[in-house]
Amino acid sequence: MALWARQVSRWWWCSMKRAHATEFPQKLRSCSNTTWRCHAFYHLALLPSENDFSLWKLQTYRLLSTGSCSQPSSSDDGSLASPESNLPSEVNQKQEKAEMLPDVNAAIPYEDWDDIPPSSALEEISEEEAMQIIAEPLLPLQSSTLRDYVDHSETLAKLVHLGVDLSQVEKRQKAGQLLLTLDFEKDVRKILLFLKDVGVEDNQLGSFLTKNPYILGEDLEALETRVAYLKSKKFDKREIAQMVSRAPYLLLFSVERLDNRLGFFKNELGLSVRKTKDLVIRFPRLLTGKLEPVKENIQICQIELGFQRSEIQHIMFKTPKTLTASKKRLRQTFDYLHNVMGIPHDMLTRFPQVFNSKLLRIRERHLFLKFLGRAQYDPAQPSYISLDQLVSLPDEVFCTEIAKASIQDFEKFLKTL
Amino acid sequence: MAAAGGLPAGLFAVFKPPGVAWERVRGAVETRLLRVTGPRFRRLKMGAGHRLDAKASGVLVLGIGHGNKLLTDMYNCHLTKVYTVGGLFGKATDDFSDTGKLVEKTTFDHITREKLERILAVIQGTNHKALLTYSNIDMKTQEAYELAVKGLIRPAVKSPPIITVIRCLQFTLPEFQLEIHCLHETQQYLRKIVHEIGLELKSSAVCTQVRRIRDGVFTLDDALLRTHWNLQSIQNAIWDCQLKVKAEIEKTLGP
Repeated sequence: MALWARQVSRWWWCSMKRAHATEFPQKLRSCSNTTWRCHAFYHLALLPSENDFSLWKLQTYRLLSTGSCSQPSSSDDGSLASPESNLPSEVNQKQEKAEMLPDVNAAIPYEDWDDIPPSSALEEISEEEAMQIIAEPLLPLQSSTLRDYVDHSETLAKLVHLGVDLSQVEKRQKAGQLLLTLDFEKDVRKILLFLKDVGVEDNQLGSFLTKNPYILGEDLEALETRVAYLKSKKFDKREIAQMVSRAPYLLLFSVERLDNRLGFFKNELGLSVRKTKDLVIRFPRLLTGKLEPVKENIQICQIELGFQRSEIQHIMFKTPKTLTASKKRLRQTFDYLHNVMGIPHDMLTRFPQVFNSKLLRIRERHLFLKFLGRAQYDPAQPSYISLDQLVSLPDEVFCTEIAKASIQDFEKFLKTL
Repeated sequence: MAAAGGLPAGLFAVFKPPGVAWERVRGAVETRLLRVTGPRFRRLKMGAGHRLDAKASGVLVLGIGHGNKLLTDMYNCHLTKVYTVGGLFGKATDDFSDTGKLVEKTTFDHITREKLERILAVIQGTNHKALLTYSNIDMKTQEAYELAVKGLIRPAVKSPPIITVIRCLQFTLPEFQLEIHCLHETQQYLRKIVHEIGLELKSSAVCTQVRRIRDGVFTLDDALLRTHWNLQSIQNAIWDCQLKVKAEIEKTLGP
């Protein structure tokens, strides 16, 4: 609530100042500021009252009350006192941002008020004057996009300059609200400097913040504790920078959580400390993702696919993406490789990258080789074709080197499938 | 031809690989095109011609933009589609294909090519009668005779599946391959035909492969493989097929 209230109050004072500046002296009545403000207040009170407006009206009450304290006028105390007495409970209940009032009051140059007493908002003015008054459109009190606030918020403008994609950010829960409440100078700047210190590149800051805007609301000491913890586990600076850039949510996790996860991977896979560190550096999303799918994948490999524990360790260490791959794809790929192509477990352990490639690709290439009579995957036999060459080479190289055929033949064959 | 915003518009054919649903193929082509043209377009209106189920493969006609209107015209032309259907004697399954649940196994040594071709001729004959009924041409006119001689009789309305030509391409026991020209069919109907051929020959058969090699005017040569699903190839394909499509529509539906 406070965010739009602050915006609205700023707008209100700005428009008042502008309206004040454009008034012609001869039209002005000689009345005090508070009367003018009082009339303005009543005019505004005629606006339709919704729940959101209650707080806004409260702001105006509060402003008027402080204004009236500074320039008391006997005629107006009575008029002001009654609305104030009606709503003292509301004033007490709602939280006010204290810094807003000194800001607002300091902005008015008091010497101007004495020279040219302003006119009432209900007074009639000529057409030229009406055109001279610049009325900004009211900031929406509730909005589902950040686009309405970007022009008015310094934080948002600076973030856009950094390269943050606000259309992505506003889709996340509460991220837009968080960004609007933050003040650039005080909070955001410190965290940005911290991120740079950790080692995130300047050009990556934008995409980092798009994926993880919540880090801007984190406590700086907590973040530093976590980085210190990682350093204590002997990750060096470059590695930490790499991990943080690739897994933006990493620094949101508390120290205990990070510790638990590192321990989990060490135990489940039975790896040494150095190997676990290496794994986590290469694939930091392991630390930020869920743990149940990983456990299930390991179970599947052991029970359904029939790999030994040591083989699983080897595969997971070399291609950690199998830990987070979808189960259906894992099963289908293994089924084709083992049952249709006839590749034994130890060959699969030697070339675990076949699990990462697309099944369609493996199938097409295998059928082409079978058609040509060159589907030989046993290293003991002549003209052996290694699995990693089967999946990783691009089409042209595969056709000329491995299959020893032209790419047109390959395409013609594909159309006969 | 380019529509507003640089997107191609018209009809073209892709080769659908077996094992994927046709909607995924259409989605994949859309995504590839949108990646090139940028985030300005969120969705492409891409329609598909006659569908292919997941196990079948072959020519799938897609249309972009105002090509979708041509799709309806092509549908009303009632052109034949040509399939290569592969079959295997000796087994029968519940869904007539080789991946279904096995129902029975039979011997097939007694089957010869002549017997198979005799059955195929019977099928073609019965279907020809159905063709004449649905073609809305008065059989007693000279015009009807001339069309029948040329083999140009086609149904004018939606009809049950009709096979116009069926012949055997390969025959090596237990496998065989047929070429089927048909209309208003589904791929499952073709598999059922294979099963019925097996029954007629006092054995049983399952269908191993259904591949569409021609859909109206689009042949296998016009179909784009997955590696060619990019803007340039699609634009070239649309341009090449444009004339053929226009000629066919004018011939059938009249100017």
